[in-house]
Order: sequence, then structure tokens, then C-alpha cells
Amino acid sequence: MKNIAAALISGLLFGGGLTLGGMTQPSRIVGVMDVTGVWDPTLVFLFLAAVGTYHVIYRLAVPRGKPLFATNFEIPTRKDINPTLLSGAALFGVGWALSGYCPGPAVVSLGSGQAQAIVVVVAIAAGMALFDLGPLVPRGLRNIPKKAT
Amino acid sequence: MAEFSVINSLLGGVLIGLGGGLLLLFNGRIAGISGIMAGVVLPRAGEWLWRAVFLIGLVIGGFAASWSAVGVISFGLERSMPTLIVAGLLVGFGARMGSGCTSGHGMCGVARLSKRSIAATGTFFLTGIATVYIVNHLLGGSL
Repeated sequence: MKNIAAALISGLLFGGGLTLGGMTQPSRIVGVMDVTGVWDPTLVFLFLAAVGTYHVIYRLAVPRGKPLFATNFEIPTRKDINPTLLSGAALFGVGWALSGYCPGPAVVSLGSGQAQAIVVVVAIAAGMALFDLGPLVPRGLRNIPKKAT
Repeated sequence: MAEFSVINSLLGGVLIGLGGGLLLLFNGRIAGISGIMAGVVLPRAGEWLWRAVFLIGLVIGGFAASWSAVGVISFGLERSMPTLIVAGLLVGFGARMGSGCTSGHGMCGVARLSKRSIAATGTFFLTGIATVYIVNHLLGGSL
């Protein structure tokens, strides 16, 4: 059960950070992307602090060989930059900018009960199901890791 | 107020990095919210409980930060419901197709110096910036 407690603590910190840092204000997300308008750089600081902090913990954790409450690290090993990756990221960016929500802040904002967050979270779940289960996507494109090449 | 926001943003970033980092140190998992969410919405063998608990923590932690008046949960954009539905579908579909989102690629992957994640992060920022340009400067800011 230690790993469940760890997941809870991790989620609490992550969610608190998203709200404290301004990620649950879609107007700020749009503001940081509005580079030709009234640019709001606030979230750049959040991004740098998050990446820096994670980088330090990553460099301390991984040389240990195994995590504290699990048998192994599950870290992505793929290196291929392919059209699926880039197309998915491109679509993601359009949706992110349209709503001002990426998945984490959208889920966090459910706590406020605001209608926009509820609609976006349901639509995100539907979009995930559409990709993972839907008939639109050829099986070969889904996120089934290829054998090492 | 501007400086106050910057300090909040830096502290928020440290907390996000810490939360993600602890998930790695303790459980060996990447804190990719879209992957965790997909694992809750579309359960696969095992692995459901920690993901659900993580998401519950996310909501409680975020709510606590807003309730304590140091953080804000507020929409603040002019968007119609149909726009939000299309946006959410794109976010969910795109995150699965692109193997990650702002957390898994943007924070964890960039911090690991993964070339895939750096490419994905650059791509979604670019299309995001282009979209905001169109919405804010060609369509008048509401959609």
C-alpha cells in the first residue's frame, strides 16, 4: 500500500502546484502563448522550475537502480521522432490553446465544479477513447511500442 | 501583483516537479497525466488503483490550494461549449496519439532530455501559439 500512499502524496503536490502556479487559469495559458499580443510570461517560470526540480530528482533517483516502493523504473525508452508523435502533439497543441486546458489542470479544475472544466474533462476522456478504442485509428498507429530496432 | 504571480509560479513549478519526482523515486513511474487518466478511463489489467488515487490527490491538492487563497481556479476565457468539446477531444486524442501531454513530455520528458519529448513539446507549443494567434488576433478573442 506504500505505493498507493506515494501516488496520493504525489497527486496532492502536483495538483497544489498546478493551482498555485497558475495552470488552472486558462486565460494565463492563452496569455503565455499570445506571443504577438500582450504576452504574459508568468507560466514560463513555472515551466522552468518544474523541469529543473524534476531533473534534479530524476538524476538522484535513477542511479539508485530501483524505486523505493516498486521493483523497477518504468521510463520510456523510445527514441524515434515519427509522424504519429508529431501529429498527435500538433493536435494536442490546438486543443490546449482553444480551451486553455491540458489534462492535469482540467482534472484539478473539476474541484471548483465549473462547467467548462467538466465539459473539457469529459471531452478529453472521449478523445482518448476515440484514439485507443475507436475505429478511426489503424491498429498500427496506436501506442503499442514497436520492437527495438 | 506581477511579481507575486512570478513567485507563485516558481513555487508552483517546484511543487509540480516535486510531485512528479516523488512518483518516480517512490513508484518508478512517469507522472504523465494523460497516460494516468487513460489508465483510469480505459482500465487495463492492474495498475488502476494508484492512477485513480493520484487523480483524486490532484483534485484535492488543487482545491486545497485554491481554498487557501494562494491559488486560483478560474476559467477567464470566452469560449462556447461546442468549442470546448472540440478542444477537449483534440487534447485527449492528440495526447494519446502523441504518447503524452504537458506533464509527461513537457516536464518529465524535457527534464530527462528525451529527444522525442523535446520534439513533442516544441510541436504542441508551436501549434498552440498559432492557434492563439488565430483566435486572439484574427477572430477577436472569443470562439
